[in-house]
Amino acid sequence: MVGLTHASPTAEAEAPAPAAKPERRFSPWRDALRRFWRHRLAAASTIILALLALAIVVGPLLWRIPINDIDFTARLSGPSWAHPFGTDDLGQDLLARMLYGGRISLAVGFAAMAVGLVAGIIIGAIAGMSRGPIDALLMWITDLFLSLPQLPLLLLVIYLFRNFLTSLVGAQGGVFIMIVLVIGGFRWMTVARLVRAQFLSLRETEFVEAARTLGASDLRLVVRHILPNALGPVIVAGTIDVAAAIIAESTLSFLGLGFPPDIPTWGRLLYDAKDYLDIAPHWALFSGGAIFLTVIAINFIGDGLRDALDPRKVM
Amino acid sequence: MGKYLLRRLIIALPSLLGISLILFVLLALAPGDPFGDLATNPNIPPEVREALRLKFGLDDPIFIRYFHWLVAMLHGDWGFSFASRVNVDQLILQRIPTTLYVIGSSQLVALIVALPVGVYAAVRPYSLFDQVANTIAFIGFSLPTFFTGLLLILIFSVNLGWLPFVYRADISATGWHWYWEYFKQAIMPIAVLGLFQGASYTRFIRSAVLDVIRLDYVNTARAKGVSESSVIVKHVLRNALIPVVTLVALQMPSVFGGAIVTEQIFRIPGIGSLLISAILANDTPVIMAVTFVFACLVILFNLLADIIYGWLDPRISYG
Repeated sequence: MVGLTHASPTAEAEAPAPAAKPERRFSPWRDALRRFWRHRLAAASTIILALLALAIVVGPLLWRIPINDIDFTARLSGPSWAHPFGTDDLGQDLLARMLYGGRISLAVGFAAMAVGLVAGIIIGAIAGMSRGPIDALLMWITDLFLSLPQLPLLLLVIYLFRNFLTSLVGAQGGVFIMIVLVIGGFRWMTVARLVRAQFLSLRETEFVEAARTLGASDLRLVVRHILPNALGPVIVAGTIDVAAAIIAESTLSFLGLGFPPDIPTWGRLLYDAKDYLDIAPHWALFSGGAIFLTVIAINFIGDGLRDALDPRKVM
Repeated sequence: MGKYLLRRLIIALPSLLGISLILFVLLALAPGDPFGDLATNPNIPPEVREALRLKFGLDDPIFIRYFHWLVAMLHGDWGFSFASRVNVDQLILQRIPTTLYVIGSSQLVALIVALPVGVYAAVRPYSLFDQVANTIAFIGFSLPTFFTGLLLILIFSVNLGWLPFVYRADISATGWHWYWEYFKQAIMPIAVLGLFQGASYTRFIRSAVLDVIRLDYVNTARAKGVSESSVIVKHVLRNALIPVVTLVALQMPSVFGGAIVTEQIFRIPGIGSLLISAILANDTPVIMAVTFVFACLVILFNLLADIIYGWLDPRISYG
């Protein structure tokens, strides 16, 4: 519903000052942005997430200790100047490992979200545009997927196909592609339902009718007219999905069934740390804390986006 | 009521079939031959291998194989665990009560926490209590279960030494002491799962109550002089719980996911830890069966939600 003009009460209060600043205009997107920044926790979370992303991208260039630099003299040592986050049981620097692992955790999160979003939009759009049996069948499949036990199935798929994909694209790439596809493959249902619901109401609106009268094809109707107006709730759902995908990947790694052991994703670090809780609690605390911080930041951003993009909910 | 239940059961059947089909297709598509080991074993002549393949119907078309598999599953013939040398159904029956006990109690804890907090927050929206509860709920469901589990172990087992961090099925104590030990070891797993679910339930309940509480019929009840507590419990809550039941049913898959993680952390001998150990041991029959059992449990809980739904909302006709 982004495209529809919606002004919150304060916007109306600010708007009637055309004489003072005639150049100031309100577009729906700028309006949404303003509402987003007013959600203080969401604004703070955006900054935190941006800093985290910056650290992950730039960090390994500045913090040049290799992730597999074994140093037995500094085993399991706590935070110090030489190792700000301490070291693990082989004396490897945890800061370097977490910066590297964060790249993978975040990449999995966003890639899986993209997979889920694309699948959800396509399925939802087809269901929303077609009436009758196709719609019913697609919605039945959606409901079926919603009631599937996701973690057991994730584990099953990875168990069955791991060797095959690893032999096809190599250990790291194969596991990455598989984990992204599988996590994304279990996260499209909410988006599909949202898109379908939006399509059902939007396809009957007058502006769509007008476009159809002018001879627009179905594809053009969907891509140019309906989809942009249905995007608000989808963006919110997509944001939450990033957090869910990061948790799913960390869960797999934490169970020891995700990425291979030499790739230190945050979940894998936690898995290795859990046997040393009594002597090296910093190990678990830093890696778990990183997951928590990322997930809560993304969830707050999702909350802020909901306020910003779904004006019906703003009171 | 009986008719209504029967209808829900009939609707649940296609889902079960769909899930079994998905499982079977996954298994059939998976590369690798179940008799791969035999092929590399020089002591077994190729004729024997071919005979075995024929006997187990591995060269049949996929639909026939699916049908055979389904019939076998329905007969309770779930295969034989490679790793522990017992029938799979026996193995699962042994383990399932523990899982249901942990999940059930954690759901109870979640509702006991979420109901009062969610309702109170919605009765006074945007108050200090509401904001604090909302923030804590946000933190609660952003903390992954595997991290909370480790945190609780770190605090209560390692630092304070109050609670055991390994769940034991064979406690040697007797009498009241046995119950106490049993209770003590279950606290942390149930708290981990319960608080994680409770956090999201609090948000569901808050927004559902908030939707209902401004409706006219609530004002009418107040105007008639019904006491505030009675308005909330009898008039608001009952209606507000209808969407909550749906949301809770939708949460079931993630509840089972959380149960697997918790069982793995605290080494609870349930079907979740059975699944993980079966995967590590390449024990395919057990993996398939446990996944199927999880799917059945989800559908069972959805049925349960339907029944509660019908009880809460008299507009749903049982006829």
